[in-house]
Amino acid sequence: MFFPISNSHISPVYLVVIGFFIGILGGFFGVGGSFIAGPALRAVGLDWNFAVGTDLAHIVGKSVVAAKRHRALGNVDLKLGLIMAIGTMGGAEVGAQLIQMLKRAGNVNFVVSVVSIAIYASISSFMIWEAWRTLHYQKKRRPRSKVPGTAAKQDESSFSHRTQAIQRLKIWPMISLPASGVKAISLWVILLVSFIGGLFSGFLGGGAGYIRMPMLVYVLGIPTHLAVGTDLFEIIISASYGTFSHAVKGNVDILIALVMHTGAAIGAQIGAISTQYFAGPKIRMAFVPLPLIGAAIVIYTLVTGHKL
Amino acid sequence: MGMARVAPTKKEKTKTLQAFLVELAIYGVFVTGYFFLVLHYLAGWLQDLHLHHVKLYASMTIVLIIGQAVFLESVTTWLLRLLRGRAE
Repeated sequence: MFFPISNSHISPVYLVVIGFFIGILGGFFGVGGSFIAGPALRAVGLDWNFAVGTDLAHIVGKSVVAAKRHRALGNVDLKLGLIMAIGTMGGAEVGAQLIQMLKRAGNVNFVVSVVSIAIYASISSFMIWEAWRTLHYQKKRRPRSKVPGTAAKQDESSFSHRTQAIQRLKIWPMISLPASGVKAISLWVILLVSFIGGLFSGFLGGGAGYIRMPMLVYVLGIPTHLAVGTDLFEIIISASYGTFSHAVKGNVDILIALVMHTGAAIGAQIGAISTQYFAGPKIRMAFVPLPLIGAAIVIYTLVTGHKL
Repeated sequence: MGMARVAPTKKEKTKTLQAFLVELAIYGVFVTGYFFLVLHYLAGWLQDLHLHHVKLYASMTIVLIIGQAVFLESVTTWLLRLLRGRAE
């Protein structure tokens, strides 16, 4: 199928399948899936700037579907999501400007590839360490539930002492997040976390859930299920802003995004419903291979210069 | 945070899987029709917007993707209700 806006030929079946797969991941982990979608679009010949912008557009649609489902499951903290949207938009604009600078310098593909590999590898390493430690301590502390057919929304983290120290920082104004069980936290910490997420969103594409979801859990102390749902809600706002910003700069092929989203719409619902059957540390442990897959695809494309 | 949920029985799982597969088939027909009708007619107009009216194009990207999301979510929910209603 020919897509005239980006002047590219891509199989619609490929786009739908990629969208479906990323939709499941998005609904389950609260991520945009850009670590897969970006390299997957790049692998069929789309330039990074188009891959980044188009992926953002498809993420808006998918997040609407997944966040609606998570809201029905009680997994969305609206107050936190709205506050985070402000910081994310600021960060996304700075990230998009960085992409423009690199486009003008003519080395956007190389720099974004190297940065994405470093980020993906770091996130995976940290999460595998933390989730393994949490599961290990849980196993030592108490026997597993013997009640057949039950799965709990239990959430513990071996990083919680650091999270509590962050929550004790008294930098005015302090706010409470009752839906997430956080009694008090500095507004500036939330804005900083969301700004960093937005920066990666604008720079590497996607909703940056791969960095924001872990930060919601480890820095702000939000339970994993709520982090997933709230992240998706926040992504709708921030990714819409990022899409508009990239579209004005000529980096969005909306036709590709629409085709991808037809698969993602159904995948996102399946992923969201599946979160009910897993506890927090297990969701985090399952998250680990995803950024590594993205890094492997980027390395392959960068080293060989071949399409996958 | 200790909300326990009862896992679905094997019969319920089979029913859900069957409903999902039927939904996927119907959804596939919808999507194929959508490709050939909607995207075919939109492509030229959107390309023109992209080249000559970039801010309008940027606004349309948001409207189209959210519009499609709401539409497809309604379609999948409706299909699920219809199929589950028939199965019960």
